[in-house]
Amino acid sequence: MSLLDREVPGVVMTPDNIRSRTLPVAVNLAIAAGAFAVAAAVVFGLAIGNWVLVVVLGAAFYLVGLNVVAGRIEGRRAARDRAMKSLIYAACVLAILPLASVVWTLVSKGIGRLDADFFNTSMNNIGARDPEGGAYHAIIGTLEQVGIATLMSVPLGVLGAIYLVEYGRGKFATTVRFFVDVMTGIPSIVAGLFILSFWVLIVSPWFNNGQPRFSGFAAALALAVLMLPTIVRSTEEMLRLVPGPLREGAYALGVPQWKTILSVVLPTALPGIVTGIMLAVARAAGETAPVLLVAGGAAAINFDPFGGNQQSLSLFVYQQAGDASRYAPDRAWTAALTLVALVLILTVAAKLLARRNKLSR
Amino acid sequence: MAKRIEASNVSSYYGSFKAIDSVSMTVEPKTITALIGPSGCGKSTFLRSVNRMHEVLPGARIEGSLTIDDQNIYDPDVDVTAVRRMIGMVFQRPNPFPTMSIYENAVAGLKLNGVKKKAILDEAAEKSLRSANLWDEVKDRLDRPGAGLSGGQQQRLCIARTIAVEPQVVLMDEPCSALDPISTLAIEDLMFKLKDRFTIIIVTHNMQQAARVSDKTGFFSIDKTGDPGRLIEYDDTQKIFSNPAQKKTEDYITGRFG
Repeated sequence: MSLLDREVPGVVMTPDNIRSRTLPVAVNLAIAAGAFAVAAAVVFGLAIGNWVLVVVLGAAFYLVGLNVVAGRIEGRRAARDRAMKSLIYAACVLAILPLASVVWTLVSKGIGRLDADFFNTSMNNIGARDPEGGAYHAIIGTLEQVGIATLMSVPLGVLGAIYLVEYGRGKFATTVRFFVDVMTGIPSIVAGLFILSFWVLIVSPWFNNGQPRFSGFAAALALAVLMLPTIVRSTEEMLRLVPGPLREGAYALGVPQWKTILSVVLPTALPGIVTGIMLAVARAAGETAPVLLVAGGAAAINFDPFGGNQQSLSLFVYQQAGDASRYAPDRAWTAALTLVALVLILTVAAKLLARRNKLSR
Repeated sequence: MAKRIEASNVSSYYGSFKAIDSVSMTVEPKTITALIGPSGCGKSTFLRSVNRMHEVLPGARIEGSLTIDDQNIYDPDVDVTAVRRMIGMVFQRPNPFPTMSIYENAVAGLKLNGVKKKAILDEAAEKSLRSANLWDEVKDRLDRPGAGLSGGQQQRLCIARTIAVEPQVVLMDEPCSALDPISTLAIEDLMFKLKDRFTIIIVTHNMQQAARVSDKTGFFSIDKTGDPGRLIEYDDTQKIFSNPAQKKTEDYITGRFG
């Protein structure tokens, strides 16, 4: 008997016996059924909760029961292995459940107003008792604001990250990196206030006969402030993952540094960079506070991002959700569904574009 | 077109750490020179100093002078890019560009330096891949990813990429250390072929390889960890492996080192 053999007799593997028993599936299922039955009995017998608690408690009982029974049959090591595996699966399911729940709620409640009217009309002249009205103006606003914000923040962010990774040495780079980290934590309302006091109150009067003016562009500026640190940090991480020997390989061919970055480093890191950009875009599309502060929101269609109030989808959701009209909640749900669908479509499109061109299988 | 390389009193530093101490050697054109020695003795550092790849690492610098046909490559007004175009390098681990196909990898040096004509690129791709003994294996799948080849093929692709830009000198930093004997043989054959056109310096841990391929051999060593590496002996390969002048060299090549 070696040091490893202190387990259930007949179960343990020795040099002479490398076989071990495995837990039959039927037993496994029986444990599951038993665990949930006990959980149901406890929860409903003591009247301490509903089916949610039954599921949670049942899962816990199942894990414990499985571990105990498997320990008897398969030996301790195999049982621990099994328990850990179940734990990881359980965590995965637990993480996906809320997401599935959100999607389900959005679809089931948002389907009500998913009609042509919703995507073709604005809220102009829609009173509290009118069932019509749509989010056309809000969709335009979101697309324009997020689009302009992306156009501003992506070049700045990617170039900034290239500086930090490829050129930045010494104190200045450290300082830049520190402030980018600080910027990551800026609450969106603060970005909104910054643009309100700087752009709307100080700069915009120059273009509007001395009168400060809300605009979609101001919202785009605020969103760009929020997107910038996310893009810089994610791009920086992705560029750092590009192996140094690739750069040296290009240098050794007599390729200048800027060309190496452009043709070797960036393409290699592209899929990751696009993922980071899409995270930033998704966050910006969902921001409500800065849009409320500096674009003001509107009921009518406004294509001009520089002229006057503009709506956005998230702001539309916020306003409709708090509206007194009995038709407003349906509009809010459909707008929320539209927003999620929009971000999803953009993300999928970006991923397809960024696939390492024709080479990736 | 191959060039003579003359190093005099080259010392390399990583920050304050001195990696090699006043190395002097002359490499004749169209020869193969092998650098051997224990790990950490500075032979790779010296090699990387020859095409100014050393200074890519932060804090790395060099003292002394390195001339290629009487031009000091460390003069302040020298363009690093031009030096590296003249002196190509093959690295220890194959590093084909992952976003490029086999064809694009082979002509990467030309393409990234502005050659656009398809006819020229096609010709250069075939010529360099043939020179690297790789053409027959890949001619039907030039548009496949370069990273999908086997290790030995990748290394030969990297050699093809290096010679496609027609350098005068090719530096090889343990090019066969990750390869099997058959691929190693293929690359050694290749070096003999390339010798007609290029000056080659190769760092290797494989003494049989050094004895097989090189005309001259330099033996680097360190006294103890933390000391800078020195060039102990530099002579004809024949002489180094049969009748070395230094006791240290003899100890190393007979396996009695340390």
